[in-house]
Amino acid sequence: MEKELRSPVSQRPLIVKDGKSKTGIGATVSIELNGEKMQVQLGKTILEICKENKIHIPTLCYHEDLCIAGNCRMCLVEVEGMRTLQASCAFPVTSPVKIKTFSDKVRKARKHIVDLMLSEHYGECYSCVRNNNCELQTLAKEYGVDSYEFGHICEPRFEIDSSSHAVVRDMDKCILCRRCVRTCIDLQEVGVLEAINRGYDTKISTFMDKPLADVICINCGQCINRCPTGALHANDPSDEIWKAIEDPKKHVVLQTAPSPRAAIGEEFGLPAGISMTGQLNTAIKRMGFDRVFDTNFTADLTIMEEGTELLSRLRKAIVDKDSSVMLPQFTSCSPGWVKFIEHFYPEYLDYLSTAKSPQQMFGSVIKTFYAKEEGIDPKDIVTVALMPCAAKKFECNRPEMDSSGFKDVDYGLTTREMAKMIREAGLRLPELPKTNFDEPFGDASGAGLIFGATGGVMEAALRTVYELVTGRPVPFKNLNIDVCRGMKGIKEASVKLENCKEEFGFLEGVELKFIVAHGTANAKHVMEMLIKGELAGYHFVEIMACPGGCIGGGGQPIPTSELIRKLRVKAIYEEEASMPVRKSHENPRIKYIYEKFLTDGPGGKLSHKLLHTKYLKRGKYIN
Amino acid sequence: MNTLNKIKRTGPVLFSEYEKGSAVKKVLEMEREDILFEIKDSGLKGRGGAGFPVSTKWMITAAANADKKFIVCNADEGEPGTFKDRVLLLEYPELVFEGMIIAGYTIGAKEGIVYLRAEYSYMLEFLENFLEEMRKQNLLGKNICGKGFDFDIFIRLGSGAYVCGEETALIESLEGHRGEPRNRPPFPVNTGYLGFPTAVNNVETLASVPNIINKGGEWYHKHGTDKSTGSKLFSVSGDCKYPGVYELPWGTTLNEIINITGAEDTKAIQVGGASGICLPATEFGRKLSYEDISTGGSIMIFNKSRNMLEVLKNFMEFFVEESCGQCTPCRIGNVKLLEGVEMIEKNEYTIEYIEKLKELGRTMQVASKCGLGQSSPNPFISILENFKDEIFNNKPVLN
Repeated sequence: MEKELRSPVSQRPLIVKDGKSKTGIGATVSIELNGEKMQVQLGKTILEICKENKIHIPTLCYHEDLCIAGNCRMCLVEVEGMRTLQASCAFPVTSPVKIKTFSDKVRKARKHIVDLMLSEHYGECYSCVRNNNCELQTLAKEYGVDSYEFGHICEPRFEIDSSSHAVVRDMDKCILCRRCVRTCIDLQEVGVLEAINRGYDTKISTFMDKPLADVICINCGQCINRCPTGALHANDPSDEIWKAIEDPKKHVVLQTAPSPRAAIGEEFGLPAGISMTGQLNTAIKRMGFDRVFDTNFTADLTIMEEGTELLSRLRKAIVDKDSSVMLPQFTSCSPGWVKFIEHFYPEYLDYLSTAKSPQQMFGSVIKTFYAKEEGIDPKDIVTVALMPCAAKKFECNRPEMDSSGFKDVDYGLTTREMAKMIREAGLRLPELPKTNFDEPFGDASGAGLIFGATGGVMEAALRTVYELVTGRPVPFKNLNIDVCRGMKGIKEASVKLENCKEEFGFLEGVELKFIVAHGTANAKHVMEMLIKGELAGYHFVEIMACPGGCIGGGGQPIPTSELIRKLRVKAIYEEEASMPVRKSHENPRIKYIYEKFLTDGPGGKLSHKLLHTKYLKRGKYIN
Repeated sequence: MNTLNKIKRTGPVLFSEYEKGSAVKKVLEMEREDILFEIKDSGLKGRGGAGFPVSTKWMITAAANADKKFIVCNADEGEPGTFKDRVLLLEYPELVFEGMIIAGYTIGAKEGIVYLRAEYSYMLEFLENFLEEMRKQNLLGKNICGKGFDFDIFIRLGSGAYVCGEETALIESLEGHRGEPRNRPPFPVNTGYLGFPTAVNNVETLASVPNIINKGGEWYHKHGTDKSTGSKLFSVSGDCKYPGVYELPWGTTLNEIINITGAEDTKAIQVGGASGICLPATEFGRKLSYEDISTGGSIMIFNKSRNMLEVLKNFMEFFVEESCGQCTPCRIGNVKLLEGVEMIEKNEYTIEYIEKLKELGRTMQVASKCGLGQSSPNPFISILENFKDEIFNNKPVLN
């Protein structure tokens, strides 16, 4: 069931899975690496071997999440007996070879390649969003670039495309490594970006060279995370946010999703996997935001709404035999996934839960319930959402997201942009004291926190749905539903509902079957299963657009890799394990809001007005 | 069919008498190993320019374990100054197609694909009709000649990119992708068209096969030199009285070419097309052969009236235009070399910078991903070195 990362034949390294099974070939091969003799596994690339031996090989087009391209030629090494230098990322060792990784020929070639790239790389480092975190800049330093050997382009060749709410494309900084292309086509299977033209005129383009806002981009921003330079970055609203903070009339409220806190430390030089929840709260308050709230609160609210919706769908399907009810129900909290299904599977929108994402729920709750409670005119409230996500910027700008009577969420801010604002404010995040979230949404459950990891929504939903139905906690040790966790592309499992409460008698003995998928390539796979009818009997599907879930979102610190994503996930689960409340329905604030405000309960009339939404059949053809 | 083909000299192999279907009939009676040995004995090497031994290529493809295999005829004759494949396809299509059938039989392929360059689309109808005729004669299709071998040939048109003559770019193009070279390894003989083992052979290579089968590898080996066996088609153009296609044995010297083609006052000969090398008169004693000057067959003759810098500029413009744009050295490097030529032209250069560009050219030769970028600096380096007096003399050098 696992969807393998698609890689074109041309870019598939030669892999010998089990050397012993190949007659006449041993599992290892003896090579000489910079004069040192060693045994290596047959079929490993030179780059992998060098990594294991702590030899640094410069790379640009190589990215461990992506298939091999071998086009930047930075990682060249000398293989004895071969006329040309070999790209170490694309060269599998299958015979005894002698490799030199830093001979004169190699160093000269690498320097030439850096020089050539710089000659076409318009702009200056100090005015670049990726200053100090740019792979080209690093290479220029490594190879001692002290002048532009082959000139330097003085005039921009392209217009910056900032049409998209999420992703800005500055093609003058592009070095054509095509990581974005491989991310979009192979990793995410969206296919918005591709190289066009030939030779010197080659450039990365969209369909018909249209602005990014006018093509089927899902705004996931995964391309940004993998761009080695500043050619791709998010559409940064921080100037407007600073302006709102400075404006005494404005009441600026920040909500923060679970994932930024697990990753923002990386922007301040900390290793991946260190949670900065308390420090981040302090920074946000010191920067002048009036309130800082935890999006986990509305994640809990999402669970209540989405879980209730699932139960009502199940009731309709089982009790009322209503054939118009769509099952399985798909989650809708990932805006990249929502836009993906709107473009690619517009006929299947009814499978989506109508519940808004936690970000948008919070926006409408702040500008209604909170405004009323605090006696603030909602028109003076500015809501900022700190998100690990590029697509959230698009989501908050969807025209239908105004159920409070105002734009529910004014700005979506990425983790990277928040880090920049914190630096601008002169704060050293890791050194700050810890503080709590503000009232009246001070408490959130651990269930909301794990929304950040793939499988988290499912786990949170199961904890609540199971308990609502049976009156008992989910039958998993310490409430940890391990089958939902981990980096497997598509996970599936089931839990049996037994001894149900009377009102849920119709679910007695039902095996609640669910699927968790992350990355839209896996989502596509799940959708194809749905179309083929293979999801009959399944009840709930969680989909996150980004690999790893939100912690791997397009707004998270750069670089990214599976290891980094795993460490961030670990930080989230560790923090969650020690939280006092770990079920959404047990969050006292959730009980409070349903008692005080959403008085007709989850799925009620007011909920539907404020917390639910509808989707657009976008299709693949956009005028 | 076409009187403009200008076959100037026929030879023992390609432009000789051949009875249609004879080699196919013979081969279908043979064991596959024996065919491979026959080809091995002949010493036939790839005629596209790289000179890879045909028997080795076929042996690896034949040995590969796969459900399907393909034989691809590379008819993307794009090297400036070559037109011999065109002549073969128009005059002796039976040799090319039968060569493919023999190859298919040997390696175990049931399908052959001709990748025909877009500029040759005018011959598509003629070739399709020819294939149809072969099908009627049961030289193609099911159970060829009643010997139980199924094989058919399909023609696919290129779209005009020079780089698609590179075999892996050709395969990408066949698969419907951007024509861009792949990483090697894996090589097409293991992982080629649609991931199946694929032997990609030049038109001329395949056309040589039927006569080798009929007359034997030993017979073929008698022609040419020891390491470059057989005869070769040369496309001669430029400043000579008799431009055209010549079948000559390997080992022919450039001086002999000059004599045969009636060239006078020859200053330079560009061997191997734009990506080849440019030789001055002092080198005209050298032999055309894999061991001396290897070539896919393009010979361009320049007489004393030609400005070598202009010649070079023309070649570099070609490479800037035709680089696929995938790898850094070729995409940007060629532009820098062309800029260097323009600097010399405008007399706005320093010798140091030109030397730096030559160094860059040497990097491109070893760092580019495919043969295009690896050979595009050849004219830059060879013309600037071999004709430095003409190019740099009489010009004040800025320093």
